[in-house]
Amino acid sequence: MSARDLFPILPVLLVLAVLPFLGLSGSLLNLLIFMMIVALAAQGWNVLGGYGGLASFGHAAFFGTGAYAAAILQTRYGVNAWAALVAGVVLGSLVGAFIGLLTFRSGLKGSYFALITLAFAEVLRIIANSSEITGGGAGIVVPIDYGFENLQLRDRRFFVLLAVICVGVGLVITRWLDRSKFGAYLIAIRENEDAARALGVNVMNVKLGAITLSAALTALAGVLYTQNFLFLDANVAYGPWISIEALFAAIVGGLGTMFGPLIGAVVLLGAGEITKEFSGGIPGFDLLVFGVILIITVAFAPNGLAGISLKSFRRKTRGHTARSSRDGGADA
Amino acid sequence: MYPIPIIAEALINGLMLGAVYALVAVGLTLIYGVLHIVNFAHGAFLTLSMFGIWLLWEHAGLDPYLSILMLTPIMFGLGYGVQRFIIGPAGHGRDNSILLVTLGISIVIENGLLVVFKSDTRTIATDYGFRVIEIGPLLLSWPRAVGFVATMATAVIVWLILNRTDVGKAIRAVAKEKLGARLVGIDVNHIYAMTFALGSACLAVAAGLLMPVFYVNPQTGGAFVLVAFTIVVLGGMGSVTGALLGGLLIGVVEAASSLFLGDSLGQLGIFVLFILVLLFKPTGLFGARI
Repeated sequence: MSARDLFPILPVLLVLAVLPFLGLSGSLLNLLIFMMIVALAAQGWNVLGGYGGLASFGHAAFFGTGAYAAAILQTRYGVNAWAALVAGVVLGSLVGAFIGLLTFRSGLKGSYFALITLAFAEVLRIIANSSEITGGGAGIVVPIDYGFENLQLRDRRFFVLLAVICVGVGLVITRWLDRSKFGAYLIAIRENEDAARALGVNVMNVKLGAITLSAALTALAGVLYTQNFLFLDANVAYGPWISIEALFAAIVGGLGTMFGPLIGAVVLLGAGEITKEFSGGIPGFDLLVFGVILIITVAFAPNGLAGISLKSFRRKTRGHTARSSRDGGADA
Repeated sequence: MYPIPIIAEALINGLMLGAVYALVAVGLTLIYGVLHIVNFAHGAFLTLSMFGIWLLWEHAGLDPYLSILMLTPIMFGLGYGVQRFIIGPAGHGRDNSILLVTLGISIVIENGLLVVFKSDTRTIATDYGFRVIEIGPLLLSWPRAVGFVATMATAVIVWLILNRTDVGKAIRAVAKEKLGARLVGIDVNHIYAMTFALGSACLAVAAGLLMPVFYVNPQTGGAFVLVAFTIVVLGGMGSVTGALLGGLLIGVVEAASSLFLGDSLGQLGIFVLFILVLLFKPTGLFGARI
């Protein structure tokens, strides 16, 4: 990967970084932060689900572990917030590696993989809901103590900036997948696992690497969630909502594409906000719309929004862009 | 330690609730065995049926057991339509895509119900809801006993449909060899939809049996869907007998773990069992196919 490969990322990050300073209202800033958190979780999902073809229904397991680790380490052990961030990401990736080790060893993929990841997340949710260290059903509150060293930023605009930087890390990692041997191995496994193995790809190690990396990004999203909302309970941290939104954003945006998860998160949460506005805040209406969008995407645009724009771009330039984008989608 | 009659009572009541679980799982495993798809919307369809039963009770005063007769054809038709016109065309025959479409459908149904009915929990207060049968020292729930008997009867009906009718013969043919079935003139898409319809119809029965002893809110099906998957996996994906036995087993496991670990951790037993079976015996305990 050369510096040139990173060029497309810069303008996007620049726009996102300037956006909060254009005088957005507080609620728009909050929406932007939430979009970035979901985008980051979706970037994590995309590593495994988009590039690896392993659709998980349980990324909450990683999100929640990151979120809880950050909250618990700070409140119960007095660990510095930045150290807690690192610890959250590490613990989240360890959970990923552990689940990967168990499931890949048993050769689970496709629907089985989706279901078992969901079960793991649910197990963690139930445990977190009834154990003492997580605060049980009452949840955990991180005391407000503004300051850069505590990773709590009073000025929402700077929190947006922090979240955008994290999304930038996700973009760079995804770009690296596009350009590295590891990424090529992963895509080869998605397309045909047996063939990849026959060509000498160490399938087990590559899949383990993918789920660990995927979990790390989603755990980082969890840490950001904790630092932003300063409150956590089992249904927020390990609940199905984040698994679903990460999956939605990645698929609607475009599986196995660099900008897909970001586009998906912005479009979905934007659409959700608009429907909330129009429906007068009836609970469930935004998710109803999400569900319809998901079905339509799978039916008519399996490569997501990024796929649509790539296709029209390619038509215009008559194939000059070669075949650098992923065409395969999410086939198991 | 609990006295023996309390344990026995809990286990037998668990067995009877397990029978209704089994019915939910029979529908799911049927769909898996023939279409080879994991129908993630199965739980949402159950929720929908339960709301149907509740509506008929609340607004027409219809007894839940009687409502089954009305709801079964409706769910049959709905299942047929959803498979034929949504899942079939939108899934493109790809495993992951189909899974995602069914996930999308479940989200649409769940949140549609949330929009219409809000998140309130609804129950049906029948005069037999708390009736018990005394057998020696044991007190058994009457509606659960009805559920057990009716489940077995439904399972026999499903078995008869599969083994004694032309449609059943076609379903079995498609399950065994899709291409061959097409070659001898079976309309595979129609049979897919018929199977999906049959699986959904089982849910109408299950909903009617559940409502007198259970509650419904838009999320109810979510709790059942993993339980049903656990049963299906345990019984061997696609095995109807396996689903029946698996359902009974899960009912007992849940009752036992609720008794000894408390309600919230009782659910944990099911998920852990699910994970263990998938990891170590993914073909299930009774891996026979339909």
